[in-house]
Amino acid sequence: MNQPRTLYQKIWDAHVVSARDDGTCLIFIDRHLVHEVTSPQAFEGLRAAGRTVRRPDLTLAVPDHNLPTTARRDASGARIPIADPESAQQLEALEANAPAFGIRYIGDADREQGIVHVVGPEQGFSLPGTTIVCGDSHTACHGGLGALAFGIGTSEVEHVLATQTLQLKQSKSMEVRVEGEVGPGVTAKDIVLHITGVLGAAGGTGYVIEYTGSAIRALSIEGRLTVSNMAIEHGARAGLCAPDEKTFAYLKGRPMAPKGADWDAAVAYWQTLKTDPGATYDKVVVIDAADIAPSVTWGTSPEDVVPITGTVPDPASFADPSKQEAAAKSLVYMGLEPGTPLREVEVQNIFIGSCTNSRIEDLRAAAAVLKGRKKAANIRWGIVVPGSGLVKSQAEAEGLDRIFIDAGLEWREPGCSACLGMNPDKVPAGERCASTSNRNFVGRQGPGARTHLVSPAMAAAAAVTGKLTDVRELIA
Amino acid sequence: MNPVKTIEGKAYPFGLKNVDTDVIIPAAWLKTISRSGLGKGAFEALRKEPGNLFDSAEYAGSPILIAGDNFGCGSSREHAAWALADMGIQAVIAPSFSDIFSGNAFKNGLLTVVLPQEAVDRLMEVAKTDSIHIDLENQVVTTPFQDRFTFEIDPFRKHCLLHGLDEIGLTLASSDAIAAYETRLNTEKPWLAPQMI
Repeated sequence: MNQPRTLYQKIWDAHVVSARDDGTCLIFIDRHLVHEVTSPQAFEGLRAAGRTVRRPDLTLAVPDHNLPTTARRDASGARIPIADPESAQQLEALEANAPAFGIRYIGDADREQGIVHVVGPEQGFSLPGTTIVCGDSHTACHGGLGALAFGIGTSEVEHVLATQTLQLKQSKSMEVRVEGEVGPGVTAKDIVLHITGVLGAAGGTGYVIEYTGSAIRALSIEGRLTVSNMAIEHGARAGLCAPDEKTFAYLKGRPMAPKGADWDAAVAYWQTLKTDPGATYDKVVVIDAADIAPSVTWGTSPEDVVPITGTVPDPASFADPSKQEAAAKSLVYMGLEPGTPLREVEVQNIFIGSCTNSRIEDLRAAAAVLKGRKKAANIRWGIVVPGSGLVKSQAEAEGLDRIFIDAGLEWREPGCSACLGMNPDKVPAGERCASTSNRNFVGRQGPGARTHLVSPAMAAAAAVTGKLTDVRELIA
Repeated sequence: MNPVKTIEGKAYPFGLKNVDTDVIIPAAWLKTISRSGLGKGAFEALRKEPGNLFDSAEYAGSPILIAGDNFGCGSSREHAAWALADMGIQAVIAPSFSDIFSGNAFKNGLLTVVLPQEAVDRLMEVAKTDSIHIDLENQVVTTPFQDRFTFEIDPFRKHCLLHGLDEIGLTLASSDAIAAYETRLNTEKPWLAPQMI
């Protein structure tokens, strides 16, 4: 009888090429996603050393971080130049490097282009039980399919390009079990914000998390991608959801997924990818789904989470002195007073998008709230940015774009957009944004920008009322 | 990478404590597509001061930097190591380094030498007039004045630096094991190869 193993252990074991005495293992990487910001120096390093890409067939390059989300081609099909010369240069570098090293490239004008973490699952490039890396900390996203996926630095990008492996030590394992049914208006985003509030921003440091329990099983695949996406926001290297029939149904027929007999063999293997009865985790955290409300952040760390019905906390209420100091600083930056009900906080900007929340179900959830409604007069800027060109087409086929535009929001081209200040989509200093992205760090959405992380439905509700709003009041 | 055996030459007598990676290379330089060229941005804020150490003709091109405690703290940006290497620095001597920085430095063939504060103070004096010699094989820093300071280094890192083995080079030495794994994978999970689009 084999020792019972966790899902993480099974995936790890299946990828060990060799092991050193100090526990460092050479781990095979099944899928490598490459974008324009963290790859140029890696390709430069390969060139300088006269090295090639070992497995271009396992590598997929897609630009996303720097791309403006406004029109990319003029009427004649010619590229509209990117105003920021450094962004343009990073894009051109990827465009040149991908073919030079034989890597598949989905370009800025292709309809499949989008955020790498949306494109991977959508194309069936990301599969259960695989190891997936990308030079981006939100790579854990693909764990929603049951893949061991994590972000890496530029030297590691180069290492994977050259060897298709990484030298790694195994992390500890943690189970985060969310049991029960969530209430109305509570989405995958609220679940992961709540988890981050419970664990803290560093609570998962050193761990790979498996999200389990009936509330996770009840989520759609897109919902699970949202939960895993933010594993890094509670410090975990990676987050996993065990694959099930929903996962297989989601992947079947996707362009790069296995076909025919291969498909059957793949599913047979994927069905073994679950934690064995009797296997133990290094740590277990249990959360009651009934405790989760539509959630919102008040500070500058993703752990600063409260229910929308809550108030801005008093920094003195925290036990840890360093947290008291951090909270006080956060409130100054955020321009908030302790005790203020979150529902009284006015916002001027709405961002619906990012690798956390830009899939079709996210857009449907936002549109359901916005349908037949208009944005409030104080909403200065509101954009909806689909995660890929395919999500965009699907949304347009369903008429969602009309709902957003009629509500007074802008409908954009796919990309990372206002999640991070690397492209023209930025929130002005001192203004607030109800944002479906993943980080509320100081300056993340632009210098001085004040971010409140919420679900797509909650962002839509804020657009309607002009302040942070309990979406349950609009959907009742 | 080039093997690192001995490093000899002038040293910047910098000495500052808690130099974070924002000081070494400010965020504005992160939107680059090259590891090289970042030397221009190294210590940018400090170089705005007239008569600063890094722009003085006396020390230009020095291969060694002498710094204070906790060098390279803050953001994990690998650009900090790239910037130092690009300005011609091959070794940094300090009483301590941030873990992330020393890891990034190692990955880029930049030697970090940890010496006690008294030794660092003495080397700061010597650096104002004379050159400094680092012998990695024998783990010793010497001066023309008979100073002799031994230092500790992780044996694995030492081996890699002496032989010019970067992590990629080391892994490539396991190419046969990787190829064997790939062969097994093709047999056991042929469906793993992505379909062409």
